Amino acid sequence: MSRMTLDLWVGFFVAIGLGALLFLALKVGNLSSSNMAETYVIKGKFDNIGSLKVRAPVKSAGVVVGRVTDIQLDPERFEAVVSLALEGRFKFPRDTFAKIRTSGLLGEQYVSLSAGGETEVLKAGDTVKKTESAMVLEDLVGQFVFNKAAEGTAPK
Amino acid sequence: MLDVVISSVRGLGRRVTDKLGRLGYASRFFVMILLSSGTSFRRFFLIIREIYFTGVLSLIIILVSGLFVGMVLGLQGYDTLQRYGSAEALGVLVALSLVRELGPVVAALLFASRAGSAITAEIGLMKATEQLSAMEMMAVNPIARVVAPRFWAGVISMPFLAALFSAMGVFGAYLIGVRLIGVDEGSFWSQMQASVDFREDVVNGVIKSFVFGVLVTGIAVFEGYASEPTAEGVSASTTRTVVTSSLAILAADFILTALMFRGA
Amino acid sequence: MSSDLLVNINNLNFTYDQRPVLSGINMKIPRGKVVAIMGQSGCGKTTTLRLIGGQLKPSSGEVTVAGQVVHELDSAGLYALRRRMGMLFQFGALFTDMTVFDNVAFQMREHTDLPEELIHDLVLLKLNAVGLRGAQGLMPTELSGGMARRVALARAMALDPVLMMYDEPFTGLDPITMGVIGQLIRKLNDALGGSSIIVTHDVQESLQIVDYVYFMADGKVVAEGTPDEIRASDKAYVHQFVWGESDGPVPFQYPSEPYREQIYGAPLKETAHA
Repeated sequence: MSRMTLDLWVGFFVAIGLGALLFLALKVGNLSSSNMAETYVIKGKFDNIGSLKVRAPVKSAGVVVGRVTDIQLDPERFEAVVSLALEGRFKFPRDTFAKIRTSGLLGEQYVSLSAGGETEVLKAGDTVKKTESAMVLEDLVGQFVFNKAAEGTAPK
Repeated sequence: MLDVVISSVRGLGRRVTDKLGRLGYASRFFVMILLSSGTSFRRFFLIIREIYFTGVLSLIIILVSGLFVGMVLGLQGYDTLQRYGSAEALGVLVALSLVRELGPVVAALLFASRAGSAITAEIGLMKATEQLSAMEMMAVNPIARVVAPRFWAGVISMPFLAALFSAMGVFGAYLIGVRLIGVDEGSFWSQMQASVDFREDVVNGVIKSFVFGVLVTGIAVFEGYASEPTAEGVSASTTRTVVTSSLAILAADFILTALMFRGA
Repeated sequence: MSSDLLVNINNLNFTYDQRPVLSGINMKIPRGKVVAIMGQSGCGKTTTLRLIGGQLKPSSGEVTVAGQVVHELDSAGLYALRRRMGMLFQFGALFTDMTVFDNVAFQMREHTDLPEELIHDLVLLKLNAVGLRGAQGLMPTELSGGMARRVALARAMALDPVLMMYDEPFTGLDPITMGVIGQLIRKLNDALGGSSIIVTHDVQESLQIVDYVYFMADGKVVAEGTPDEIRASDKAYVHQFVWGESDGPVPFQYPSEPYREQIYGAPLKETAHA
């Protein structure tokens, strides 16, 4: 086996190997320019985060604009402090509303940002003022049962 | 009666100490490989030559197996998913299974049987025919010249082979699922892209295959170098390579999966 | 005089797994001489060669080659010493993944910076000396046993070593090839001006070419002398070996129970009357 033939075959091998890796990264996975963009981190405080996990998406109007990077408990006020890494190109006003929503009925939970009307934008390290916690299924069912019971005893 | 018990305990003890001694020898050997690797990298052609024999010549088995595994995943996955009305999640199922687990693990198992056993047989045969001794007497370090290039070639080839396996698998599932069965092409790819994360899944899969490469090739070169210099000895070593590598791959897979995918 | 000695083995002992393999070996190999080490299989001849080459470390005693104590050398020193030694292994031990040419060129390429054209000429010179210049493009698997050994000889002497060691060079060869190898060993030794050590149990061939013989049995040197002295020796062990007698100090029967007991199945009862 001459040196040149060996080099050729090994080069071919490495080339298709890299090709497969790129295929997996781009076509199969979600590596795209957004993953490599600059991000800034803001925080939100919630009473209940439900089943929100780190790396859950942050969406605005249904479009992914960032990821949840950290979830901590504030030991003094017993609130959940969630860190959100948002893509640099998206700026949100200071009165943005952060809600924890569920995809589908029983799917994974994500943070939804609804922009308010202020002109000033959130900067890195800022905290979202208005938040709405996750809907917990048990509370919903309890509320439904309670409403139904109240309806039943309402004066006819 | 008592002597039977004593002698079996003694035998067990001896076997344990033998295995521990062998493990110690293997660790020392591994360090020697790392220390002698300078030559392999300075004369990179030695590694390139071995990449041909371990990587390139394993391509056929990896690509064909990947294709078949992907196709089976497509069939089985569709059969189960469509019972819950989730047939469009086929892409997700196949991609995650392959990239996270099947790609690295099955490719490593195939690599161990094909390339690992070949490396062990080659080195064992060189030992049995005194070629390694001859090299030593000619003042050439056989570990640097024969063992280290094969080790690095295996470590380098493994991630590529695993990626090729996964890619072929996805393609195979696409052929079966989308082309043959009729799952919607758009949802196949878009749901897959939405669920397979580069860092969590693809990169972790690559890390796994890298670790498997170190294990399989390390075991293969060690068994070859430490084999008995007879025909039966080389044959026994070759079998041991395949068995030990396979067990090591599966054990390491468990450990790595537990570390990487803890309740993600 | 010790300055004439290329190899000096002093009171060498070697044990392996608590078994004594060599006990109290003393050998002196002067420059320019061909010395044979003879004995039964398993008497420790090959182990002695390995100790000279530094592949094994002695339990006590020392081996000195060209004024250096082998087991005291660090790995760089050992490798430097090995470049001045050449070893021919029993079945050649050619590298099976290279051609004959590449095998002979191996040491030149690894240890020198000689340009390829010069290496080409040197390799052909060496192959010519062993009569195999025409086989340069063959692979080792295409060679006969005798040819493989001759190529291995060319490879071993590629860098003109001062000490050549031969591990059973005549084993398994036809008479013609044996004669060829014997002549090559002698001519090579005289041409290089160094010394050669032949480990063998081929009596006829080696006694014709060597200057001195050491006889080993059970890890000890039991006799030594020039070929004529050995042929005329009256020591039982030497005599049995040189003349190929089937029974003597080395017994014919493998150790076992007494013959009568194995055949009749039980110790014979004493039939003597009290």
